[in-house]
Amino acid sequence: MYRYNDFDHGFVRERVRQFRSQVQARIDGVISEDEFKPLRLMNGLYLQLHAYMLRVAIPYGTLSSAQMRALAMISQRWDKGYGHFTTRQNIQYNWPKLRDVPDILSDLADVEMHAIQTSGNTIRNITADHFAGAARDEIADPRPYAELIRQWSTDHPEFQFLPRKFKIAVTGSSDDRAVTRAHDIGLRMARGQDGDIGFEVIVGGGLGRTPVIGEVLREFLPVQDLLPYIEAIVSVYNMLGRRDNKYKARIKITVRENGIDKIRELVEAEFILRRASFGGADQELLARIKTAFPAPDFIDAPIANFKTALAANDDFATWVETNLSPHKNPDYAIVTISLKTLGATPGDATDTQMQVMANLAEQFSHDELRVSHEQNIILPHVHKSHLAEIYARLADVQLAAANVGLASDFIACPGMDYCTLATARSIPIAQEIAARIDELKIERDVGLLKIKISGCINACGHHHLAHIGILGLDRAGVENYQITLGGDATQNAEIGKRAGPGFPADEIVSAIERLLEAYLAQRTSRTETFLETYRRIGIEPFKIALYGDGKANHAA
Amino acid sequence: MSAVFKPKAVTANDLLEGDAVWLNVAGGWTRDIRKAAIIEDEAKGQSLLAAALQQEDVVVDAYLAEIRIGEDGPEPVHFREVFRTRGPSNYRHGKQEADNVPL
Repeated sequence: MYRYNDFDHGFVRERVRQFRSQVQARIDGVISEDEFKPLRLMNGLYLQLHAYMLRVAIPYGTLSSAQMRALAMISQRWDKGYGHFTTRQNIQYNWPKLRDVPDILSDLADVEMHAIQTSGNTIRNITADHFAGAARDEIADPRPYAELIRQWSTDHPEFQFLPRKFKIAVTGSSDDRAVTRAHDIGLRMARGQDGDIGFEVIVGGGLGRTPVIGEVLREFLPVQDLLPYIEAIVSVYNMLGRRDNKYKARIKITVRENGIDKIRELVEAEFILRRASFGGADQELLARIKTAFPAPDFIDAPIANFKTALAANDDFATWVETNLSPHKNPDYAIVTISLKTLGATPGDATDTQMQVMANLAEQFSHDELRVSHEQNIILPHVHKSHLAEIYARLADVQLAAANVGLASDFIACPGMDYCTLATARSIPIAQEIAARIDELKIERDVGLLKIKISGCINACGHHHLAHIGILGLDRAGVENYQITLGGDATQNAEIGKRAGPGFPADEIVSAIERLLEAYLAQRTSRTETFLETYRRIGIEPFKIALYGDGKANHAA
Repeated sequence: MSAVFKPKAVTANDLLEGDAVWLNVAGGWTRDIRKAAIIEDEAKGQSLLAAALQQEDVVVDAYLAEIRIGEDGPEPVHFREVFRTRGPSNYRHGKQEADNVPL
């Protein structure tokens, strides 16, 4: 893992010191809320429905066990004993007190973490494939590049007042687990004609009220050109992006209004100028960063006990079926710990659960954890001989749900239970759907299914990219839920189509149930997934399941 | 013809705690919506809101929210305002942790 150098430590400590004096100035009435608000947002502090909320950056979703322990300690000492992992691989605390926030930031600085640029019109936390460095299908670990971009973008003077926020995702695999096509810039590692490494550069993707799948700006960018090329993109956006209308300020609109060809022309011209100014310093930095991401020192041990445990314990075998992914070392596995236990809040972990995950990572996963954008926690490097013990220890703290990739493995934003932007609640809808699926006992039969719920049009819950997306709205003072179908977050990214009029809260669960029944009735075999069935038969049979024959086209 | 004025209360978030508070008849702030000052005309609403916006040493983001008059005093109308009187639905946190808040 990357470790802070003296400069990083000094920078983060200085920001904590500054914020401490800013908070004091606000409490003493020396500065107004208008003056304070941009300062607190620069440090990840929002004011939500019931309390302040602190959003802490987890760069490319990678945590050491010491960092996870610190997150647990903070939730216990300063909050209400839990934290919420988000779709940007961050963690949010829902109950900090204004006076305590500088102390929380100081505790974070102790473990090389901060909340800088988790808000505001800046380059936000760089996200990456949560299986980075472990995935079998990977060209190379994308995290050194993500760290390079993180260092370059942190406090970058040119990019502190962009037209709007700016999100970058990186993956090193052909299977896109980082949603690169729905980011302002998505970087997909590729090999050039000579086998050299580079990136396919995607630009202008995004969700929110205008969902757009990003377009390819450059098919192959050699790695050594990465920073100057990204800087050229952000600089062109900074000049061209609209500042007159918040809803037209993201780069996806800049690309649409100017055309991808004009953007490419401007970026390529700017790139030539910028590249000259870098003078190789970025490559020296990259070389240093790479040494911080060595492959783990894999152990060589028998895995016979794994096979014995599989045969002896059905629950363990069921968990293994869904919660493991192939590791590049055949004796190892990638473990996904589901934060979607029945009755739990998607993405939440208690302080005890965080402690247990930290201990497991230290003992069994080369001291590493990851946060996925799907709001689960990953142990990336687990020798198969340790899986049975890990499973047992997870089960002790209600973290052994065997549902990764299945219907109850939701993405759900905090919704109107916390968020001041929300138009309806997300969490209880997710919980009710999970409870119903559990009653019906159809989850494993249904198989791979992505249900994602957002509590407003800003789409933090990625509902546009779900096989079944749910969008919570306020319809004349009542919570109402709109369904989209056929979205896809992978390399074949697609925006889901709206099925029709929304459903009130007490009807949305049975509506989802009818969609699952329709799928089970229509699929050709158990191996045809919901999305494949949808793509084969189209939306109409699902509309009939939702609204009955002939009713699908009634106005909302 | 102007629309009939619906009763309102001034509400905001507490500066230090961040939670929902309502303006009371004494010109201070209460965490119990039932003790909120009832505003029954537009002019009064605007003048109290303007005064509340000046009190940013104690509160943030003051605005007027519609209320109805129940047996125990003002009650929230919109579901968002209902949530602000009690807290989130996934944990018994926020105002609902205390016993005296109606659920």
